[in-house]
Amino acid sequence: MTATAPAPAPSPGTKSDERLLKTSPLKKLLGRPELGSVVGAVAVFVFFAIVADSFVQATSLATVLYAASTIGIMAVPVALLMIGGEFDLSAGVMVTTSALVSSMFSYQMTANVWVGVLVSLLVTLAVGVFNGVMLTRTDPPSFIITLGTFLMLTGMNLGFTKLISGTVSTKSIADMEGFSSAKSVFASTITVGGVDFKITIVWWLALIAVATWILLRTRVGNWIFAVGGGEDAARAVGVPVAATKIGLYMGVAFGAWVSGQHLLFSYDVVQSGEGVGNELIYIIAAVIGGCLITGGYGSAVGAAVGALIFGMVSKGIVFAEWNPDWFKFFLGVMLLLATLLNHWVRKRAEATK
Amino acid sequence: MGCSSTGGKRAEDARKAAAAGGRAAVDTPRWTFGMVTHSGDGDTFWDIVQNGAKQAAVKDNIKFLYAHDDEAQQQAQLVDSYIDKKVDGIIVTLAKPDAMKGALARAEKAGIPVITVNSGSAESKEFGALTHIGQDETIAGEAVGDELNKRGKKKALCILHEQGNVGHEQRCEGAKKTFEGKMENLYVTGTNMPDVQSSIEARLQTDKSVDAVVTLGAPFADAAVKAKEGAGSKAEIDTFDLNEKVAAGLKSGSLGFAVDQQPYLQGYEAVDLLWLYKYNADVLGGGKPVLTGPQIITKDQAAELEEYAKRGTR
Repeated sequence: MTATAPAPAPSPGTKSDERLLKTSPLKKLLGRPELGSVVGAVAVFVFFAIVADSFVQATSLATVLYAASTIGIMAVPVALLMIGGEFDLSAGVMVTTSALVSSMFSYQMTANVWVGVLVSLLVTLAVGVFNGVMLTRTDPPSFIITLGTFLMLTGMNLGFTKLISGTVSTKSIADMEGFSSAKSVFASTITVGGVDFKITIVWWLALIAVATWILLRTRVGNWIFAVGGGEDAARAVGVPVAATKIGLYMGVAFGAWVSGQHLLFSYDVVQSGEGVGNELIYIIAAVIGGCLITGGYGSAVGAAVGALIFGMVSKGIVFAEWNPDWFKFFLGVMLLLATLLNHWVRKRAEATK
Repeated sequence: MGCSSTGGKRAEDARKAAAAGGRAAVDTPRWTFGMVTHSGDGDTFWDIVQNGAKQAAVKDNIKFLYAHDDEAQQQAQLVDSYIDKKVDGIIVTLAKPDAMKGALARAEKAGIPVITVNSGSAESKEFGALTHIGQDETIAGEAVGDELNKRGKKKALCILHEQGNVGHEQRCEGAKKTFEGKMENLYVTGTNMPDVQSSIEARLQTDKSVDAVVTLGAPFADAAVKAKEGAGSKAEIDTFDLNEKVAAGLKSGSLGFAVDQQPYLQGYEAVDLLWLYKYNADVLGGGKPVLTGPQIITKDQAAELEEYAKRGTR
């Protein structure tokens, strides 16, 4: 059961009800939003496997997966938000905010670090609620609202950190109680067959599973597609538009909280000026994964594959020993190709319906 | 007819002919060294570091790889990539030391020697690196404070162009420590030159008593000079680091002095010391950082250095 494309109009002369139209499994597969990105991911993988020998070692793939997961944890909720027809430009710095709040609260209160982690969850979710409420209660589009939040958070990250810690980075909390247990949850390493995998990969997979279940198996998922597809129509049939959008922003905030705690417990110190610009990377990952900028179409799995492509390209360039001056150029070319391929596959899939 | 007898490509080619070229001077195996810095895109300072590293790599028969990212997490992942590639040596900057700790530990576990350059003198040894090559930012800052006292300055601005860079904070703090006048910090967005200029200009307009402006990077000295002209201020512009424009500015007197940390030397020595370690297990510095600065440069040395700066080695 997909709630994506509108059902095809019944051809004249059909007697059966088109809502009960049986589609073959292959056609179902071809109609999935993430199909194009999966093809793109395979193409990118094969390409780097050919040009860089070291790319296909298990340790290298673990590094690539880690890079993908740090983007993917955010790309999944951002994709949900985009399916709901909105943007969040504050997602990048929100990660840093979440890490800063957690670290500084624990340090200043000399509390068990888990207290800081939970306070940080509340603060980050509050930022998400703020974004959602501002959007649903006022007129400007989410692009403008969250641009404001982005600038405010960037300033607050730096301002508060300087004010409280006296420097531009937080103080180390590595010697405080609860640090090691929190580290094992957010930033530990799992060794499988001699290869170290970061726990963020597990978080990433869990988020993909939850997001996919919400989208495809629950009423909320239908609401998300509905508000993204047509807000007024959705409101007319009784979808709680405001609540859905606020919930989506809280989802992004939750992702930012997970990413932020990972940053904090990986490095036990947070730099206040980081995270700017990453919000675009999350959006790019979602778009490569088949989300439409206009909303109403996309998938969580697609966004995750988009993050994987991003991770493969950014690390593949290093493994292939290409000149780093051209790094951004290659990244742009790869992303463009992946998106075009994606689009082409989708067009083909729709043509066969 | 229509030819310029000064400057241009011809002058550059003449300089190139006088610069060191070369090929391998040793027949040790062709080792691969990877360098990962915290530089953003298109940073002149890191071009000079790379020039030094590449020159040493040619001499020592080394395959030299370079990558950079200004986000700590990304920088750590790049180091991981080089470890995965099983390079024979890693050169890394510790501008954000805590983020790099894990990556350096992994390099040690993989048996890859690491040399830290430019920033992180305090953490280098603790993280298991062989040697640190660079300038102690606090000492460099103190040298600036002394020089400002010598010049009889009373009120200075310290222009920080990279929020979040601990080394930059140390420079300004060092200068504050030895400077007998009053020194204030001004934060600007280094990636946006017009913003740098207008911020400094606004500050100079509101505070006429400022008689010295210290920028922390060579490209920003030029913006500060323009800001000073715009604000009609009498302040002397001084800077950390050197480039062609700064050398020319010192020569013409539009800049007071520069504090150089010899980036060419940082790249060159890092590669060379890794080679020495691989070849002969030599370690330089006796457990202390090897300092490449500060070197105060004034009008007197500017003419000679301008030539080298144009060549991209100073």
